[in-house]
Amino acid sequence: MHFARVIGTVVCSVRVPSWRGHRTLLLQPTDPGGKDLGGRLVAVDLVSAAPGQRVFYVRGREAANALPDPDNPADAAIVGIVDEVRQGGWVRPAGGRG
Amino acid sequence: MFLARVVGEVVATIKHGDLHAQKLLLVQPVTPEDEATGRPAIAVDSVDAGPGDLVIVADEGNSAAQVLRRARGPVRTVVVGVVDEVEGGGAAR
Repeated sequence: MHFARVIGTVVCSVRVPSWRGHRTLLLQPTDPGGKDLGGRLVAVDLVSAAPGQRVFYVRGREAANALPDPDNPADAAIVGIVDEVRQGGWVRPAGGRG
Repeated sequence: MFLARVVGEVVATIKHGDLHAQKLLLVQPVTPEDEATGRPAIAVDSVDAGPGDLVIVADEGNSAAQVLRRARGPVRTVVVGVVDEVEGGGAAR
């Protein structure tokens, strides 16, 4: 799993039915400190994340497994919202809920 | 699997059900010579590792399911061993 920041929502009028009930969000991967790292991607949201929040996501087959029915084509899924990253001292995530 | 150094912990209240009650560790992949290489990852702990430990990390869904004793889910990155010592390594220098 890797860190990312939610930077947008991807709205589709037509989408595979197996993603029903889950939003697709635009992610900017980051390092543990919140600095941008690598290219942006689209991920299925499992935790009701909102733009600006720091999250972590999983890639590959396990992303599809994150949905209640694993028979779907997701290759990236948001599986958690970051409260804090404890690295030596406590580091407050930028753009968090607090 | 790859070698990594545990460099922190990740706290998340809202997360996928399969991650509940699991300790999430921040791991920095390292070379056998203990130099950081590549991007840090978040891994589920299965061996009670802690910050500073050199560990073995498996990054595959079936491995994770077996270690965590559950059906295949969204977890693929798991700390599966605490390294005492790495001998050899064949460093290209």
